[in-house]
Amino acid sequence: MNSAMPFEWILAIRFMRQARMQTLLIMAGVALGVSVIVFISALISGLQTNLFKRTLDFQAQIIILPPKEISRPLHQAGDGAMLATLVQPRAQRLQSVDQWQTVLAQVAKMDGVSVAAPVVSGAGFIVRGEANKAVGLTGIEPETYLKLIALNSKIIAGTANITGTDMLVGLDLAKDLGVWTGDKLNLQTASGGTATLSIRGIFDYGNSGMNSRSVYIALRTAQSLLDLAGGVTSVEVNLDAPFTAETVAQTIQAQTGLKVDSWIATNAQFFSALEAQSMSNTVIRFFVGLTAALGIASVLVVSVVQKSKAIGILRATGTSRQQILRLFLLQGALTGLIGSLLGAFVGWLFLIAWRNIAINADGTQLFPITFDPMLFVYAAVGATLVGILAALFPALQAARLDPAVAIRG
Amino acid sequence: MADFNAITLQLKGIRKAYNIGLPAETEVLHGLDLTIERGEFVALIGPSGSGKSTLLNLIGLLDKPTAGELLITGQPTTQLQDRELTLLRAKAIGFVFQFHNLLPEFTALENVMLPLLAARGRPDEAMRLRAAELIEQVGLTDVGKHLSNDLSGGQQQRVAIARALVMQPALVLADEPTGNLDTKAADNVFDLLRRVNEASDTSFLIVTHDPRLAQRCDRIIELVDGRIDSDKANRVSPP
Ligand SMILES: Nc1ncnc2c1ncn2[C@@H]1O[C@H](COP(=O)(O)OP(=O)(O)O)[C@@H](O)[C@H]1O
Ligand SMILES: [Mg+2]
Repeated sequence: MNSAMPFEWILAIRFMRQARMQTLLIMAGVALGVSVIVFISALISGLQTNLFKRTLDFQAQIIILPPKEISRPLHQAGDGAMLATLVQPRAQRLQSVDQWQTVLAQVAKMDGVSVAAPVVSGAGFIVRGEANKAVGLTGIEPETYLKLIALNSKIIAGTANITGTDMLVGLDLAKDLGVWTGDKLNLQTASGGTATLSIRGIFDYGNSGMNSRSVYIALRTAQSLLDLAGGVTSVEVNLDAPFTAETVAQTIQAQTGLKVDSWIATNAQFFSALEAQSMSNTVIRFFVGLTAALGIASVLVVSVVQKSKAIGILRATGTSRQQILRLFLLQGALTGLIGSLLGAFVGWLFLIAWRNIAINADGTQLFPITFDPMLFVYAAVGATLVGILAALFPALQAARLDPAVAIRG
Repeated sequence: MADFNAITLQLKGIRKAYNIGLPAETEVLHGLDLTIERGEFVALIGPSGSGKSTLLNLIGLLDKPTAGELLITGQPTTQLQDRELTLLRAKAIGFVFQFHNLLPEFTALENVMLPLLAARGRPDEAMRLRAAELIEQVGLTDVGKHLSNDLSGGQQQRVAIARALVMQPALVLADEPTGNLDTKAADNVFDLLRRVNEASDTSFLIVTHDPRLAQRCDRIIELVDGRIDSDKANRVSPP
C-alpha cells in the first residue's frame, strides 16, 4: 500500500485491478469515444481554419464601395408595357469612392484595422494576335495591397512588386497565351483605354478561375485604362481580428455613408455551413459522452452487486457511508480519466496517420490539421466529470447498502 | 481502545421485527435483556433460526432494534445517526463472521490494516507495525504477505480475528467463527480467541453450534425462538 494514497484510492485501485476485464473493456470504450472526439474536433477545426485561410487569401475582410446607384424606372404614365423592359439596373458605369483619400486615412487610423488599401477594378481584354481574352483588372498599390492579400506567397515566377508598366498574370492565363515573365501583353478596356505592359510576375492561387481571369496592374495604370482619373472603385481593409469584421463594417458604414461589405456578410452561406459543422460536432460529443456515461454506470452497477459482501464487511469494520460513496465515485472518475488519456493518445495517433494519408497528389497536405493540446486537457476533465456523474447512482446504491443484509447475502 | 466501563454491553427489552407493515411481518427477537461485563467470554447457542445472527447484527450496530435500548460501554445507541454508529462500531466492536470474512483483493496483513486505514484515512508505519504484530499474535507471520484468497479456511479466520482486534475493541462478536472448519482448525481458532481474551479486557460473544466449544466458555446463553431460554455460568475445565 502506497503511504501517499488515501484509503478510498487504495480500495478503488484494488477493486479496479481485480476486475481486470471489466475495467479494461470500459476503459477501452471510453478511450474509443474520446479518440473519436479528439480526431473529429481536430479535423473540423483544421478544416475551418483552412477554409478561412483560403477565403481570406483572395479576399479582403472589409470592402468599402460607393453607395449603390438606385436604378430608376423610366416611368411613363399609361405606358405599362414599357415598364418591364425598362425597369433594369443601368449598365453601371465605374464609379469612384467619393473622397477616397479621406476615407482611407480615416479607416487606416481606426482601432483594430491592420491595413487599408485603395483598389481600382474593372473589366478588360488581353489582345494577342488572334486571341482576345476577357480579364478582370485589379489596380493596386503594391505597398498596401500586398499586406492585404497574401499575393506574395502565390507568386511562382518573378515578383509582385509592380510599377506603372508592369502586370501580374495567373498561371493558367500565361500558359493559355504561351507567355512568361518578361513578355509583353496588350491590354484594352471598353472605355477605349489601351496599354502594353510587361509581365513582372506569375501567380498561382491554386484555383483555375482566378488563375485564368485575374490580372493585377498598378493603380495609376488602372485609373487611366478604366477612365477613372484619380478615383478608386473600392477601399479594402483587413483587421487584426477577422471575426469582428461585421461590427467594424457597420461602424465604417455609419461614419462614411458608403456601402461597406464584410467578408462575413458576403460569405453568409459559408458561415452557416461552419455553424452546422460545429453543431454536428457538439452533437457527436454529447452522444459519445452519454454512451461513455451509460457504459461506466452499468459496469459500476454490476460491480456494486459483485462487491456487496465486501461493502458489508467494510461497513462492519468501520468504513463510513461517505467513504463507500467516494470509493465508487472515484472508480467512475478514474475510469473516465484514464480512458480519456488513452483515448487522447489514440486520437493523436489517428491524426498523425491522417496527416500521412490525406495528402494531395503533389505531396502537400490536403488540409493542415490544427492540433490544440488543450483539447487533451478538455477531454480529460470532461471525461472525468462524466465518470463521476455516471458513478453517482451506483455509488449511492453502494453507500445505502444495508450491511446486515450484505453480509448475510 | 477498551472502555474502562465495567459493563461492555447492555440490552434492555430488545425487539426486532422484519417486514414491518407487510403481511409477512414477523418478530424475531421478543424483548431481550442481557448484560455482558468487561472481559467476559460468552457462548451464544441455540437452534438454527432462533435469532442468534439477528442479535449479533443488532449488537454490532449493523441493524437497529424495533424496540428497546442497546448500550455499548454504557453509551445508548438507538438514537445515534449512521455517522456516529459507524464511529462507535469502528472503535468498540470487532467482527468475525463465518465465511467470506476478508477482502480477496488484499493480503492478510492489509486486511488486518483496513479498519485502521478506514479510521485514519492514510496508511502509515505505525499501522503496518500494529497489523504485523497482530498477524504474529495469530501465528501467521509466514503468510502475512499472501493474498487472503490463497489462505486456508483456518488461516482466514485467524486473519479475521486479528482484524477484529486491531482497533482494541471492547467487544468481539463472532458468528460461528469455526462453523466451516475441521475439528483441529476449529480448536486452534477457539484457543486463539480464548488466549486473546485472557490477555486483555476484551469481551467475546461467540455464536457456536458446537457444544464442545461452548463448554470452553465462561458463560453460555441459549436462545430459543427469539427468547433467552437459559443463561448460565460455566466452569471451564482445564483442557
Ligand atoms: N432480513 C430478514 N428478513 C426477514 N426475515 C429475516 C431476515 N433475517 C433473518 N430473518 C429471519 O429471522 C429468523 C432468525 O434468523 P437468524 O437470526 O439468522 O437465526 P440464526 O442465526 O439463529 O440461525 C429466521 O426465521 C430468519 O428467517
Ligand atoms: Mg446465524
